[in-house]
Amino acid sequence: MATTQARFTTAPVKADMLRPPRSLWTDAWYQFRRHKLAMAGLGVLSFLILATLIGPYLWQVRMDALDYSIALEGPSPDHPFGTDNLGRDLFARALWGGRVSIAVGLSAVLIAITLGTLIGALAGYFNRLDNPLMRLTDLFLSLPILPLLLIVIYLFRDPLRAAFGPEVGIFIMIVTVIGVLEWMPVARLVRAQFLSLKQKEFVEAARAIGDPDFAIIWRHILPNTLSPVLVAATIGVGGAILTESTLSFLGLGFPPDVPTWGRLLYDAQNFIEIATYWVFFPGFLIFLTVLSINYIGDGLRDALDPRKT
Amino acid sequence: MESSYLHRGFALAVTATIALAACTQPGTSPSAAPSGSAAPVAQRGAGGELKILYWQAPTILNPHQATGTKDNDASRLVLEPLASWDKNGAPLANGLASEIPTVANGGVAKDFTSVTWKLRTGVKWSDGTPFTADDVVASYTYQCDEAAATSTFDVCTGVKSVTAKDPNTAVVTYSASQPFYYQWGVGFNSPILQKAQYANCLGAKAKDCPADLKPIGTGPYKVNTFKPGDTVLYDLNENFRDPNKPFFKTVTFKGGGDAASAARAVFQTGDIDYGWNLQVEASVLKPMAANSTLARLLTAYGSSVERLLVNFSNPDPSLGDKRGEPDTKHPFFSDIHVRRALAMATNRSAVAAQLYGDGLAGKATCNLLTAPEPMNSKNTDSLDVCKFDLNAANKELDDAGWAKGSDGIRAKGGVKLKIVYQTTVNSVRQSTQAILKADWEKVGFSVELKSVPAATFFTNTSPDGANHFWADVEMFTNSGDPDPTSYLSSTASCKQATGKANNWNFGNYMRYCNADYDKIIDQLRTETDTAKRNQLAIQANDILTKDVAVIPLITRVAPTPDGVSKALKGVDPSPWDSAMYNIADWSK
Repeated sequence: MATTQARFTTAPVKADMLRPPRSLWTDAWYQFRRHKLAMAGLGVLSFLILATLIGPYLWQVRMDALDYSIALEGPSPDHPFGTDNLGRDLFARALWGGRVSIAVGLSAVLIAITLGTLIGALAGYFNRLDNPLMRLTDLFLSLPILPLLLIVIYLFRDPLRAAFGPEVGIFIMIVTVIGVLEWMPVARLVRAQFLSLKQKEFVEAARAIGDPDFAIIWRHILPNTLSPVLVAATIGVGGAILTESTLSFLGLGFPPDVPTWGRLLYDAQNFIEIATYWVFFPGFLIFLTVLSINYIGDGLRDALDPRKT
Repeated sequence: MESSYLHRGFALAVTATIALAACTQPGTSPSAAPSGSAAPVAQRGAGGELKILYWQAPTILNPHQATGTKDNDASRLVLEPLASWDKNGAPLANGLASEIPTVANGGVAKDFTSVTWKLRTGVKWSDGTPFTADDVVASYTYQCDEAAATSTFDVCTGVKSVTAKDPNTAVVTYSASQPFYYQWGVGFNSPILQKAQYANCLGAKAKDCPADLKPIGTGPYKVNTFKPGDTVLYDLNENFRDPNKPFFKTVTFKGGGDAASAARAVFQTGDIDYGWNLQVEASVLKPMAANSTLARLLTAYGSSVERLLVNFSNPDPSLGDKRGEPDTKHPFFSDIHVRRALAMATNRSAVAAQLYGDGLAGKATCNLLTAPEPMNSKNTDSLDVCKFDLNAANKELDDAGWAKGSDGIRAKGGVKLKIVYQTTVNSVRQSTQAILKADWEKVGFSVELKSVPAATFFTNTSPDGANHFWADVEMFTNSGDPDPTSYLSSTASCKQATGKANNWNFGNYMRYCNADYDKIIDQLRTETDTAKRNQLAIQANDILTKDVAVIPLITRVAPTPDGVSKALKGVDPSPWDSAMYNIADWSK
């Protein structure tokens, strides 16, 4: 009792003195929390990710169990999303498929960001590399994505399948291809930031005290380019999920029995008139994911913009 | 259910087809009158544009290099055979012959070794030059040269020569007595090419011949523009022999898309006059056709069978150049017990009920050869490999020493029962895959599904295609002639095994080889007695089913449910010939 009392009385003074210094991230988080739509997006996305990760363990219905007696039944307590033409539970399929779709989106963007930042940083910082790297970027920008994907699938499906198995192999292939084809906008953004930031006084100061190039890039310039990169990334996630959907829709992505959201849509398209719910749920989930990710991007941009703080 | 569905304007024709197909012996009762019932009196070119939609796009307009029905059909507007097959499986003189030769009219030799075709006089090619028997001979020379690797080569088997007796008479001579004496010259396997146009494309030069993209023909239409893999635009052929035909001024033959959107274009928006092969789930197609004021559904059962092929060669990519060649052996399908177990775990009645509407678009069958009716085997239904029985399948594998591992996959001597099961991108087929996979996995197979766009699947040069068959099981539909000899031979005889040597152009994709089967095919080539021929065909069919070279699934309406605009007249599908065999008679 006595000790508690003592701590209580001294607390205000100490807390005030020990308050951590404001950092970029605490500031950003403070700003971000005030962006209601971004917070809602974050909530929805976290919920979707959690649901797809944990959901299949809680929802015990098997996603590939056939039961013709309940084929094409609308949503009900037993089957919240209804059933498809073979009586498979669409809720279980959507949960399972969300894993693949979200994983494809996040991993593809990770690759795109890494590649884009690397190339953009090199091009922006080293004048010698600028021209060749930017022409390479132009080259990639002019590649038509779908025909290229078809060729890559044609060339690499078998080797990857042999090395990693059909699902993981295709996953690696699709993620890599989407990542490799989406890095260009990031590279351009990062290069532009580097070009302007490397003229700034703090960079000159760093150079004056003898920091090597790598340290200047990594410690001084790169953190300042994060804002556009993160925004580009969030938008890229949505794009990657949609590209995978396109591929599934064309029947070219994962094997036809892997129910990614795009594949669910593809399977449902013929039934749009007699089983609208079948098209609705996967479409709505893709919509929800892409929308919430875009709002998160929006919130991040506002939060990281120093003029808005 | 089926009859109420069929009784919609077209009931008469369809029931007539089924009834006649049942009692008519094909190849023996030719109908001499050119074209039939629905031919209206029309004026040449009075109609505007006829719009045809095939969801598989034509890639070549030479039927002898065709990679699928789409190519045969797209070329049929331009190129004609001597005669067509009508819907009862009898020859119909709507082609280049003025009458059907028979034993009675002296056109067919009494010992069935030669057929004398009288050709129409005054027929001109679309470029204005006269058509003569020399063109027939040249076309034969092109088609039946092994070096040309034609896809219709099988009808050349046993043909000794085709000669021109005079400019209007061509004589087909067979090297031995040929009971199917219409083998060469009738139907989609024998359209006649122009001699002058193909003079430089004989033998090995047949590959990549420019004429294949714009053939000159005698048919009602001529090619205006052809974009391979996309669209063919035709104009009326002013030199066509019938001054009143064809009715339409131009024809647009659009390829691509998928079966469901084709069905919508025909039944709901009416953008299209004729939509081919609407292979959509029965539960979708049925209400769509029933509610449509624009179009009707045409169905007739022929010999189209959706089947599973089992690979007998080894599709392992590590074999490099030897991959899938006929002389390799499949690691586990070479064991009959594995094949039998696969067949016993195949639930065709579920597929028929769930996806084909039990008769709307197809019925379950365990025969590869389902028509003509006298050749439809009644022996297979009682076979164990035709009955869905998971316990029996498990027992078959247990007894043969294929033991289940901890992963639920059976293995023996380090070989696991892992199957890659490929077919085209098509929602009915993907659902079929899902149904079969579920059961196959229950008996200890591991099944990987693969779907390939139809355009790629039916291309002989594609590694993902049906011809290469670099997978373990594949599924598609094929159909045969009124006489099954060439169909049975090309599907499964040793000589027809596909591979690198023949540029994957031959029809035995399984690389199945069975001396007993080949012997029956050889007998079929010489047997003249109808009853015995039926018996031989049934025997051949039974071997394929019993030996599980083929797992037949569904006998499909053929030409598969086509959607036809209610305004379009004269469409009278024959299950035995190209859907376009009487396009000269179509009108609005």
